[in-house]
Amino acid sequence: MTAVIEARGLGKRYRNRWALADCTLHIPAGHIAGLVGPNGAGKTTLLHLVTGLLAPTTGTIEVAGGPPAATKAQLARVGFVAQDAPVYVGLSVADHLRLGAHLNPRWDAQLATQRISKLSLDPHRKAGRLSGGQRAQLALTLAIAKRPQLLILDEPVASLDPLARRDFLRDLTEATGEHQMSVMLSSHLVADLERVCDYLIVLAAGRVQAAGEVTGLLTAYRNRTGTPAGLEDMVLSYMSSNEQLEGSR
Amino acid sequence: MIWLTWRQFRAQGIAAAAALAVLAVIFGVTGAHLAHLYDVSGLATCRTNCAGLTNTFVTSMKADAIYPVLFIAGLGILYLTPALIGLFWGAPLVTRELEAGTFRLAWNQSVTRTRWMAVKLALIGLAAIVTTGLLSLLTTWWADPIDRAGGFPVSGGTLTRFSPLLFGARDVAPVGYAAFAFALGVTAGVLVRRLLPAMAITLAVFLAVQVIMPNLVRPHLLPPVTATEAVTVNLSTAIVSHNGTYTVPVTGLPGAWIFSNQTITPSGRVFVLPDIPACASGSQQQCQAWFATQHLRRQISYQPASRYWAFQWYETAIYLALAVVLAGFCVWWVRYRRLA
Repeated sequence: MTAVIEARGLGKRYRNRWALADCTLHIPAGHIAGLVGPNGAGKTTLLHLVTGLLAPTTGTIEVAGGPPAATKAQLARVGFVAQDAPVYVGLSVADHLRLGAHLNPRWDAQLATQRISKLSLDPHRKAGRLSGGQRAQLALTLAIAKRPQLLILDEPVASLDPLARRDFLRDLTEATGEHQMSVMLSSHLVADLERVCDYLIVLAAGRVQAAGEVTGLLTAYRNRTGTPAGLEDMVLSYMSSNEQLEGSR
Repeated sequence: MIWLTWRQFRAQGIAAAAALAVLAVIFGVTGAHLAHLYDVSGLATCRTNCAGLTNTFVTSMKADAIYPVLFIAGLGILYLTPALIGLFWGAPLVTRELEAGTFRLAWNQSVTRTRWMAVKLALIGLAAIVTTGLLSLLTTWWADPIDRAGGFPVSGGTLTRFSPLLFGARDVAPVGYAAFAFALGVTAGVLVRRLLPAMAITLAVFLAVQVIMPNLVRPHLLPPVTATEAVTVNLSTAIVSHNGTYTVPVTGLPGAWIFSNQTITPSGRVFVLPDIPACASGSQQQCQAWFATQHLRRQISYQPASRYWAFQWYETAIYLALAVVLAGFCVWWVRYRRLA
């Protein structure tokens, strides 16, 4: 199967600290991939490398067949909702849809307006007056209506209350199924990812600890430890094994 | 991208247009009256010995406080506008997106960062140029009768349009300042990423450039003309400084930008006023006669009035070139340094 994200030896250094090191990933298309790790593990750095907001210090990365953000066509293939779902507070919901229509060649206006009315967002309301959940939904609508091959979400539910969190993830799963996108989303909570992801990348201390399809990872883990375990146990185990690794150095 | 640029700039653009409209009314109405004063003074058709008519016009102009006030206000507005454009259009252009995190939204639409930056710089830069250009057109037209009558009288001379103070508030130079200030604001924002420090840097650098330009650069844009000529001392108009140097005002060069004016002796030394018995105890005629025996000459260094437009274009071109360099740097920086 073709890879939607292909990273080799990817690393990013800020001054003298490596936020991400030696990251090699081969994520096939068609998955909802979860990126999990504690705060400061390098999740946002990895996602910014994937979107091309950051340039790597070492290694190479290809996303949907090309270098991130290199051209207009490449940008059109990747949708991104950054952490805290930034939107223009002074612009209305309708203005945001117009922005999307003007800036994206494959913009699906029908899809965008349908989503806005389904979410019962008032098109004339300024984005600055929306609730956190509504803002996240607006940002997601912008990212989906550009009809990307890959949708990237950085901690999309971190600022939402449990109800809004559940609605957002359910809506995301539905939208993904309808439009055949690959998705990569990050969270520091395994419970969020467990509900929607079929692929998992565990990141700790700037390194990939494990990556693969969820079922495969769980089987391998059970075979190795001999105990049946849930996703949460497995992820915690991968994260803490890294701590031991760090400690023994 | 053009739509987004306009949508984000709309409120500021409308505010600028409204301010421009108000000023157009104020300067338009009073400017028509000022032009009328000039017409009735007869200066327009005067060819020789116009000093009396000039005096009449200047007196009638100064009789109504509105004209001196608006003359000074026009200068203030033209110097202030480019600075405000740099502070409020330039500095926030990128920092606002960085501080709100919205650049992550903008730069993941199907528009490259290069295009995003280039379109914003071009369109808002154009708005800065048009706004300042219209303001300059308005105030230059308003002050035209005064400029044509030889300048605005101040203590110790007149302010002509070539004088350092007026030059930057007339004709095309303000357009260059506005483009430069805008590009400077954007550059500061791109480099320091935060609005308030970017505004502070923009203001400091712009002020420094605006002081350096008229004092250190503009006088040398073309080599000044120097002339030495015999001078007739007129005791009533000559100026004696506290250290005794003796200056005879230049009258034959209307509209020139005079750098230095020295009275020298036949041997070429600067003339310093000695104790003159003829003047101390004698009559005015005796004093005048004594001066006549000294064969004093006047040495002046100046830019002729005919060079005014050359200087306007040179200065505007310098500022526009600086603006283009800064804008190019901003595009490059956003493209390759990424700012995430």
